This record gives sequence, structure tokens and C-alpha cells, in this order.
Amino acid sequence: MADIDVKVSSWKLVEVGRLVLIRSGPFEGKLAAIVEIVDHRRVLVDGPSTEEQKIVPRHVLPLAHATLTHFTIPQLPRAAGTGPVKKLWAKNEIDGKWAKSSFAQRSERSERRKNLSDFERFKVLRLRKQARYEVQKSHAKARAANKS
Amino acid sequence: MSDGQTKQFGKSQRVVPADKAQKWYPVDDQSQPKKVRKTLRPAKVRETLVPGTILILLAGRFRGKRVILLKSLDQGVLLVTGPFKINGVPLRRVNARYVIATSKRVDISGVDAKAVEKISAPGYFTKDKKAEKKTEEAFFKQGEKAEKKVVASARASDQKAVDQAILASIKKEDFLGSYLATTFSLRNGDKPHEMKW
Repeated sequence: MADIDVKVSSWKLVEVGRLVLIRSGPFEGKLAAIVEIVDHRRVLVDGPSTEEQKIVPRHVLPLAHATLTHFTIPQLPRAAGTGPVKKLWAKNEIDGKWAKSSFAQRSERSERRKNLSDFERFKVLRLRKQARYEVQKSHAKARAANKS
Repeated sequence: MSDGQTKQFGKSQRVVPADKAQKWYPVDDQSQPKKVRKTLRPAKVRETLVPGTILILLAGRFRGKRVILLKSLDQGVLLVTGPFKINGVPLRRVNARYVIATSKRVDISGVDAKAVEKISAPGYFTKDKKAEKKTEEAFFKQGEKAEKKVVASARASDQKAVDQAILASIKKEDFLGSYLATTFSLRNGDKPHEMKW
């Protein structure tokens, strides 16, 4: 008999403590933790972020308006109040982890790029060109050295 | 109504009016000219159009060029300069409507105010009347050798006087000169109504 290796799936589950990214509505783009599952379509979320402008008040959110993230607050008690959620949020360094994630970095960069003025856009164009030129130059040098 | 003359009809006499009343009324109502309530008001200049602002021209021969606003004249006309040495745009009047104002400003405090005053006076840009009339001979000569357009030396010297200070302040910032030298154009996926300037 062959050994059958049973592994726990690494799916992102709708579970208490799961962090979701809100994709529409007044809190679009903000992060919140699932505190309680209302039914198969809706969850109660709370996002007591340490940063003032990223706070999401406790409310019921349709899951269709949310994207599950890889992050969770482990061992978050069911239906925990905003106070305990805030404490665990800070303890797990959710804001720091989220800021380091590639999605957050990408969205921040695209937001910044969007708000550039015409002159700044021109400078980005020129500086990118200069950087590219240097990279290609060293690349060509390395290639030439390899050949001989 | 002027008085008519008195006429004798048999035994009696009566006054016959000089111009008689019409026997019929006009079929159509006389159309009354409309009262015009519009007035000629001075054009309001957009808040972003501050002297020294870099503009993007959208229409005309120099469309796409980035130029510097010197002064806003009346009736929504702007006085701009390239500077000529950088992008070939001379001192020129443009319609404020066909212009995008960017958020970038150039220091033009060093520009000779008297020169700008002289240029912005009405009549500066009007063409001089030709001294000699076109003769038939001149018409046939045209085909042989095109006469080269001569820029008035006064215009050229004015251009130099104005641009001098601007060029000095442009030199102080990196990329600003090459920014003014390049023309603006939309790329794929660019949405001008959503872009910040």
C-alpha cells in the first residue's frame, strides 16, 4: 500500500480573522478583517487600522465586494469587538505586512504615476531612458567578454 | 400727422389730411427686432494662466509645442514665447481656449517689463502695408526666384531681449530645456481628461 500524503489545502478561506481587501463602495482599496460570517454572501468586517485614513468601521460587507488576501489574524475570537481586533491588528503588524505586499506596492506606484504632472512625466521618461542605456551598455560589455 | 388743407366740397368744406389713413391693415404682424441683452464684457482669464506658466499649444502651426506664458492680453488672447532658441516658437499671440496650462512655472521676473509692454500693445503684430503695388512684371518674376521672407530686425531684437532672462532661468533646472524642446502628443491609452497637468 502506497502512503497517501494528505495535506491541508492552502486556499484562502472565508474565515474569522481573514483579511479582505474592499474593492467597491465607500471603503474601496482599504483593508479589513472578517470578524463574523453573516451568511454565505456576507461577512461582518472591522478594520481598525493604526493609520487614521485607512480605518474601516465595523459593518456588514458582501463578499462580492471583497478580495481575500493571504493574511490572517490567527486566533481572532469570533465576533470580537473593535478594541480586541485593534489590539491583535497592531500585534500582528498587519499594516506593515500589507504595505510590503506586492499588490499594495503596485497600487501605490500606479496611484503615484497617475498623479504626476506633465513635467514630472517627462522626467520619468528621460530618467528611465538613461537607466536603460546604462543597463544595456553593461549588458553588451558582459556579452562581448563572454564571446572571446 | 401734418395738417392737411381745407377743401371745398359743394357747399361744405372739410379738412383733407395730407397723408391718408391706410384702407387696409397688413396681413402679417410687423416683426419686432429682438432686443439684444448681450454685452461685450472683458474675457475672464483662467486661474491657471499665470504669467510664467508652461502651456501646451493645441491648435495652429505650433500645436503640441510647450511654450511659456508671458502675459494675458484682453479678449482671451495670450502672449507666449517659445523661447525661440529652444523650440522655434516666436513671440506670438494665442487663443487661451486652445491651450493646456501645466502646473510647471518658470521664473520670468527677470524679463524686461517695458519690452513686454511694447509687444503687448495693439498693433505690434499687425502687418506693415506693402510699399509698392504689385505690378504685372512683378507677377511674372515671381516664378523665377522666390523672394525670401525677411524677419524685421526689430522683431528679432525684441525676441532676444525677452528670451534672454527666460533662458537663464530655464538653465537652472535639469530637464527643463529639453522638456520645452519636445512636443506633446497623446500616446496609446492616454486619457487627457483624466491626466494631471
